[in-house]
Amino acid sequence: MSSTLQNIYFRSDQAKAYTLLSPALILVIFAMAAPMIVMIFTSFNTQISMIEIDRTFTTGRYEDFFSKPIFSMLLFRSVKISFFVTLLTLLTTYPLAYYIAFYVKKNKMLWIVLMTLPFWTSYLLRVFSWRVILGNKGVINSALMGTGMIDEPLGFLLYNQAAVIITLSHAWAAFAILPLYVSLDKIDKSLLEASYDLGNTKFETFWRVTFPLSLPGVIGAILIIFIPTVGDYVTPQLVGGTDGRMLSNMIQSLFGRANNFPLGAASAVLMLTTVCLVAALVTYITKKVSMRMS
Amino acid sequence: MRTKNYIKIKNLSKSFGDVEVLKNINLEVEEGEFFSLLGPSGCGKTTLLRILAGFEYPSEGEVFFDDANVTSLPPNLRPSNMVFQNYAIFPHINVQRNIEFGLRKENLSKAEMGERVENALKMVQLEGYENRYSNQLSGGQRQRIALARALVKQPKVLLLDEPLGALDKKLREEMQIELRNLQKSLGITFIFVTHDQEEAMTMSDRIAVMDEGNILQVSPPREIYHNPKNKFVSQFIGNINILDADLKSIANDIISISVDGFGLMQLKNHQNIIESDQVNIAIRPEEINISKVSDSKYDCNFKGKVKNISFYGESTYFYIQLDNSEKILMVSTNESKETFSENDNCFVNFNSTNLKIIKD
Repeated sequence: MSSTLQNIYFRSDQAKAYTLLSPALILVIFAMAAPMIVMIFTSFNTQISMIEIDRTFTTGRYEDFFSKPIFSMLLFRSVKISFFVTLLTLLTTYPLAYYIAFYVKKNKMLWIVLMTLPFWTSYLLRVFSWRVILGNKGVINSALMGTGMIDEPLGFLLYNQAAVIITLSHAWAAFAILPLYVSLDKIDKSLLEASYDLGNTKFETFWRVTFPLSLPGVIGAILIIFIPTVGDYVTPQLVGGTDGRMLSNMIQSLFGRANNFPLGAASAVLMLTTVCLVAALVTYITKKVSMRMS
Repeated sequence: MRTKNYIKIKNLSKSFGDVEVLKNINLEVEEGEFFSLLGPSGCGKTTLLRILAGFEYPSEGEVFFDDANVTSLPPNLRPSNMVFQNYAIFPHINVQRNIEFGLRKENLSKAEMGERVENALKMVQLEGYENRYSNQLSGGQRQRIALARALVKQPKVLLLDEPLGALDKKLREEMQIELRNLQKSLGITFIFVTHDQEEAMTMSDRIAVMDEGNILQVSPPREIYHNPKNKFVSQFIGNINILDADLKSIANDIISISVDGFGLMQLKNHQNIIESDQVNIAIRPEEINISKVSDSKYDCNFKGKVKNISFYGESTYFYIQLDNSEKILMVSTNESKETFSENDNCFVNFNSTNLKIIKD
């Protein structure tokens, strides 16, 4: 009997695949899917006191969300900040990845490792280091004041949306370089030569061949940066000030001091939905645009 | 008559770092010629082709197309197009767009463009493949698309970098004939790089045999086969028996030469050999006959023993150990000669006029 089972197991690729997958699958089910379901259920409930939640079904929390303009405003701001973070990161890392893929001949891996070196320090330390750079007594202000170019420190450097965008872009740059580099490095160099040979300049070749072929990496980088930065609440709290507060800060307080779990859950669900929609839209548009370009 | 030299290469050298891959190349290719660059891998043939395409620039020397100096012209401004070894079909666009790729700059109307693409596809017999993508095509089809994509630009020169290398034997032979016919009907210059001597022989008007960055001989296929200039060329093109020889004296155009296995021979001097030259004696396998007893039809008869027999269908190769030498002679015949088996004694016979004197 057991030998038959053994036989079935060894012949079935599917059985083997599930065995390999099972640790991750168990983790995902209990640590991701289950809490997610709990959260979705909670979003249809009502907080009635500090510790009590009324479990009867209601869409009231979603109505709350849309009736108070602050929520939509914060959601829009989260998306806007993440959009600019993604854009800034792509604009700074694409040329780097391009350079490593096409111009570095030896020790490409060393370049990649060096590029990610700053990211071996803690995330919090990196955010704090931007406070040191942008703050009133920070590197930029003291340098400008030291040279006599300004008398008063520039206050607009820190505690606003721009500071959040700069800090997040830097924090996530390493994650963008890798997918971009991989997709660029994979491009067969003879395709570029074929394009020159067929009458295109280097610039035209970039837009007609290199960029469309690097799109999987671009989409990967966009998703890798956009999705986690929309929900980031540490950076806005440390460098954002009131102007840089995002929806995630609100959600954090709803699950904390404000103590309204259902409204927090509803906000989180809406944020998740928005992220999914944006991600789908980005992928769709990028593909369409690239088709048109080549 | 074709007389015009379309491509001229003058005193061209190319080095990558310390390695000199092309050494003082001088070459002229006629308009409408099917010209092959033939040589073993690493001989510089691909580098030479890439210099013609504009992907590499020579370290020294100049390249002319139709008397215009194109040495430093980038590839997009040259009247040449290339068929790449791996075909380099753009994977993100379909066949139609691949072929149109080089036409966008030419300001054609939509109808003209469509017509050009259609004709190009017809030329390579792939009508109806417009909407396929590279990964939906076989190797042979990709090769045809690469050809169509280059030819649709109506280039003056088509550069082909071992385009048949990845195809199987049968398809390769078909494509050889097709390429040759296409070149004849279009009348444009083809520069064809290959390491396959058979391919070069069957298609080319002329062949340049290259080795270690030098061009050793530029001649039509027959000339190369029958009068190879040196040992390398003779061995690279077809099968040949090369025998060590010791030149004794030259008198009145007659060379006295001692040949390993054949003894002292008197041969006519066709190639301006001088006494100080290092020479070998060579003979093609099909110019030697094999028989049971010596044959007076031939002026040379030598005893030997059959070591090996390889049957190829259209011909049979006999490997014969000469009695007076270590040398094993290759003899090919298209008769079946079934009467021989391995270890039989035999005679090899040939006419001394078929012996070539070849410089080292």
